Amino acid sequence: MLKQTPLNAVHRGMGAKMVEFAGWEMPLHYGSQIEEHHRVRRDAGMFDVSHMLAVDVCGQGARAFLRRVLANDVAKLEAAGKALYTCMLNEAGCVLDDLIVYCLAEDRFRLVVNAGAAEKDGAWLRRQRDRLAPALLLEPRRDLAIIAVQGPRAREKTWSAAPALRTATEALAHFQAEEAGGMMVARTGYTGEDGFEIVLPAGGAPGLWRALQEKGVAPAGLGARDTLRLEAGMNLYGQDMDETVNPLESGLAWTVDLKPGRDFIGKAALEEKPAARQLVGLVLLDKGVMRGHQNVLCAAGAGEITSGGFSPTMNRSIALARVPAGVRPGDDMKVEVRGHWLRAKAVKPPFVRNGKVLIPI
Amino acid sequence: MTTPDDLKYTKSHEWVRQEADGTVTVGITFHAQEQLGDVVFIQNPEVGRRVRQGEECAVIESVKAAADIYAPVSGEVIAASQEVVDKPERVNQDPYAAWLFRIKPGDRSELGGLLDAAAYRELAESEKR
Repeated sequence: MLKQTPLNAVHRGMGAKMVEFAGWEMPLHYGSQIEEHHRVRRDAGMFDVSHMLAVDVCGQGARAFLRRVLANDVAKLEAAGKALYTCMLNEAGCVLDDLIVYCLAEDRFRLVVNAGAAEKDGAWLRRQRDRLAPALLLEPRRDLAIIAVQGPRAREKTWSAAPALRTATEALAHFQAEEAGGMMVARTGYTGEDGFEIVLPAGGAPGLWRALQEKGVAPAGLGARDTLRLEAGMNLYGQDMDETVNPLESGLAWTVDLKPGRDFIGKAALEEKPAARQLVGLVLLDKGVMRGHQNVLCAAGAGEITSGGFSPTMNRSIALARVPAGVRPGDDMKVEVRGHWLRAKAVKPPFVRNGKVLIPI
Repeated sequence: MTTPDDLKYTKSHEWVRQEADGTVTVGITFHAQEQLGDVVFIQNPEVGRRVRQGEECAVIESVKAAADIYAPVSGEVIAASQEVVDKPERVNQDPYAAWLFRIKPGDRSELGGLLDAAAYRELAESEKR
């Protein structure tokens, strides 16, 4: 039996094509995935991401605990309302999950974790809590829904759909969040566009969804979410990294804070040896579409596509690939697409941000 | 009309139209394009290529997956559509107008083995369940 979000009936009522994703029944698209993709890049779209799980970490010492279990340093969240993207690593330095951590108050933090890793994360966090900070409360918030409103006009359309949110969220900078009217509104996302992620009580989700739709926010499915995040050069857990690789081999070195003076789980393993592999972007020069797990060849050796697909904004195929450490942007690469070795170029992601293509072809 | 009555069909979701000049025109069905999602790339066979019934002769890539297109009958490829190569989305918009290629059949008896609209409708329905 697949799990359903509080918006399941709304998606079905709109004729969404529903698919299984990480044990959840989710909308893939509502007609045309490419159309939904363009709506987000050019105007505003919304995603039901209620399959993701908010986990609240409450109590004295919450910050110290999170500084131990997360690879980025929550000391950077010096005030309530700030957010940080980070990996959670195991002792081997490999990636248990990637998540956003929000500081809601000095004794209250919120992690938003991937649906597919939520159960594993919960067990891991409880084990570390019992070991490091037994008095802390870990509260999985399945009572909440999450709607991501993304695109250049996402914020203004959110305010016109929910005028009460405007005052509280107008001044939010990127990676900041504010609690207002029983909701948490964060200026974050997974598309490379401006916008909000709104965490709210499940019962309120259908009403907000309909209000946003009335203001012209286009419902968008997991299909568009995947092409948007790939263009934005954002990793997908389970595809671009998992428990077999570390963040330094996954294009996520920028999220690992190795400054001396703080120990975190996985740090010793990361410091032990330099990364032999790295994650790079690929742009296909020949015609075709790159897909996950296809073979990659270059002067530095062999590699593999981790995420590949068609970029609607660039109108060509793009990918993320794990390749030997020596590869540089601009290098010639070959990708084995359905039995043919096609030409590609290594690039530094992101491919697209804020509606603009950043990679010259 | 998602399965026109005047066409023949294959189990691999191609439609086949018998032309007055004895050639056949081939495309993919409404059901096939719906399953694939937005089509973004088409590789057509070269004109002049000889194909056997059931042989892979074109590739359709959608946002979701790649799909092989099989020759519904043996024969020679006498035309390949440039329109769908330039505008792959035409296959989603109008799958029965957006043909892929034409074949001059070598063995016309193979046409008799193709599915009629009723049989194909049943196949498509059974796949949706």
